[in-house]
Amino acid sequence: MATPAQIENLRKTATGIRINILKMLNTSGSGHTGGSLSAVEILTSLFFSEMKYRANDPGWEGRDHFVLSKGHAAPVLYATLAQAGFFAADELSSLRRLGCSLQGHPSCVCTPGVEVSTGSLGQGLSMALGLALAVRLDQKPSRVYVLCGDGEMQEGQIWEAAMAAAHFRVDNLCAIVDNNGLQIDGPVAKVMGIEPLWKKWEDFGWGVQRIDGHNPEEILDAFATARQIRGRPAVIIAKTVKGKGVSFFENKVEYHGVAPSADELKRALKELEG
Amino acid sequence: MSSLKLTPRIVRGDCLEKPDPKALRDAYGSTLVKLGEKDRNVVALDADLSSSTRTSMFAAKFPDRFFNMGLAEQNMMGTAAGLAKGGKIPFASTFAIFASGRAWEQIRQSIAYSRLNVKIVATHGGITVGEDGPSHQTVEDLAIMRVIPGMTLIVPADAVETGKAVEAAYRLQGPVFMRLTRAKFPTVFTDDYEFQIGKGTVVNEGEDLAIFACGLMVYHSLQAARILAEKGISARVVNISTLKPLDKDLIVESAKKTRAVVTAEEHSIIGGLGGAVTEVLSAAFPVPVEMVGVKDSFGTSGKAEELLKYFQLEPGDIVNAGLRAVERKK
Ligand SMILES: Cc1ncc(C[n+]2csc(CCOP(=O)(O)OP(=O)(O)O)c2C)c(N)n1
Ligand SMILES: [Mg+2]
Repeated sequence: MATPAQIENLRKTATGIRINILKMLNTSGSGHTGGSLSAVEILTSLFFSEMKYRANDPGWEGRDHFVLSKGHAAPVLYATLAQAGFFAADELSSLRRLGCSLQGHPSCVCTPGVEVSTGSLGQGLSMALGLALAVRLDQKPSRVYVLCGDGEMQEGQIWEAAMAAAHFRVDNLCAIVDNNGLQIDGPVAKVMGIEPLWKKWEDFGWGVQRIDGHNPEEILDAFATARQIRGRPAVIIAKTVKGKGVSFFENKVEYHGVAPSADELKRALKELEG
Repeated sequence: MSSLKLTPRIVRGDCLEKPDPKALRDAYGSTLVKLGEKDRNVVALDADLSSSTRTSMFAAKFPDRFFNMGLAEQNMMGTAAGLAKGGKIPFASTFAIFASGRAWEQIRQSIAYSRLNVKIVATHGGITVGEDGPSHQTVEDLAIMRVIPGMTLIVPADAVETGKAVEAAYRLQGPVFMRLTRAKFPTVFTDDYEFQIGKGTVVNEGEDLAIFACGLMVYHSLQAARILAEKGISARVVNISTLKPLDKDLIVESAKKTRAVVTAEEHSIIGGLGGAVTEVLSAAFPVPVEMVGVKDSFGTSGKAEELLKYFQLEPGDIVNAGLRAVERKK
């Protein structure tokens, strides 16, 4: 159980990461704002409380694993990895530049701390499943976390992987769905409905939890509960707000793949820095 | 045959008289079991075709290290990528069209772009799949695998080479796509043959013409070389079992020596071995090239032998291509 002070710390860290996301996106002039901001508390809770890893030794045997299946949210991953010490924070300003280590979507070949390459949606859950099976074969205590988008739930491969993970009774795997309700062309419900999402996962044999994806306490509790689930994989459907933390980005479809302008950055920082 | 100059020791001297056909996938299955015995990091995946691909042999021996992923090729490739990330050496198998086609983008991003150590051994490549017809045949797989950066692409010529290639793939760090077949192939090589990834092998020496071939077409090219020899044309037959990385030196050297080239493959003439060889020669040493392969069409149902005739992949077709190439260099 996290103490109130720890939770408060996570909240502070989350705000710092939001600020870095906005700054790096503004510098690069392109990238995915909305889906990065909706996942900040999820990644913060993972990297600064739940997961075991060594930032100076990303391949450390005993580590827990993280796969960002919704790879377009690379900025939140990069800002989190920098904060965790995988690389220097001043590298964040090189996002999306030719010759830099921070590709537009996560690349395990280029960036320390990125474990597998993603960006083409629907593939991360399968890779996480493979990792979980490898960990189990080696009888290691490590856990595997994977973050998916809710629009991503429309990909058929997600359900192939969902079926397989339950079939193999993989219980060191925890998927999180960033349930922000939006995708590129509009609300998920309008583009291609996925509800009842919890029931789909339950019917596929997973242990399902539904939480507020911006509340670190709830997120950490859900991770703890997931660790107790035996004989089947766990999924956390995290209700989130796309663009969270910046009032004029929140719930705006248009800010899926648009970087903040200089003026927007200024106003956003005012809101966040208070 | 005294008219041929089969490479001694590594090519069976009587291979044309005694074809000794063997299934490549049997060699795969038994080699995989051997690898599984010596290395517990070797794991295998299949997509409901394990009895056909022969991963069933591994499954029987090592049930804990075998994953039947069901009819879900995309998830199979992604899971294999994750297993590789976790330090395993996964061999993933299904039919070549489903491995290469259905899961192409998973192979591209999850495996190749991530530079993960996954070995895809796909059986039932080409048209010799036979009666099942075009849905189950593939004449496109080599083209779409060859174009992926960092992919190693292997098409063994017989069961002997298959066993050695599977071992070499295991030793290589990085992604491999290996194309095997349903049909049994005559045995070209002796056990003394040493397979090396990225190295072609001269199986018959000659001066007038170079025939680059892979898979079953290596044997057909030897048969063609015997017929050509009777017509006074000596053909160097080169087994190009690694389509990527390609043995450019041997290809250019052979072209310089013979100044006339034939490529032969059980694949579309677009993008496969013919494409690879002409890409090299057009830049390094342009000579007349004639391609034997499937001419931009789907397969069709029939017996394997009938199909080889129908698609003009028989020794006689290689002979005709050779005569054309030799004629063009004059
Ligand atoms: C296979 C694939 N198709 C299309 C895209 C383009 N694309 C990028 S993000 C996105 C929408 C994703 O929506 P969602 O999963 O809900 O992500 P989030 O709302 O968290 O940003 C699409 C269609 C892609 N990256 N991959
Ligand atoms: Mg969404």
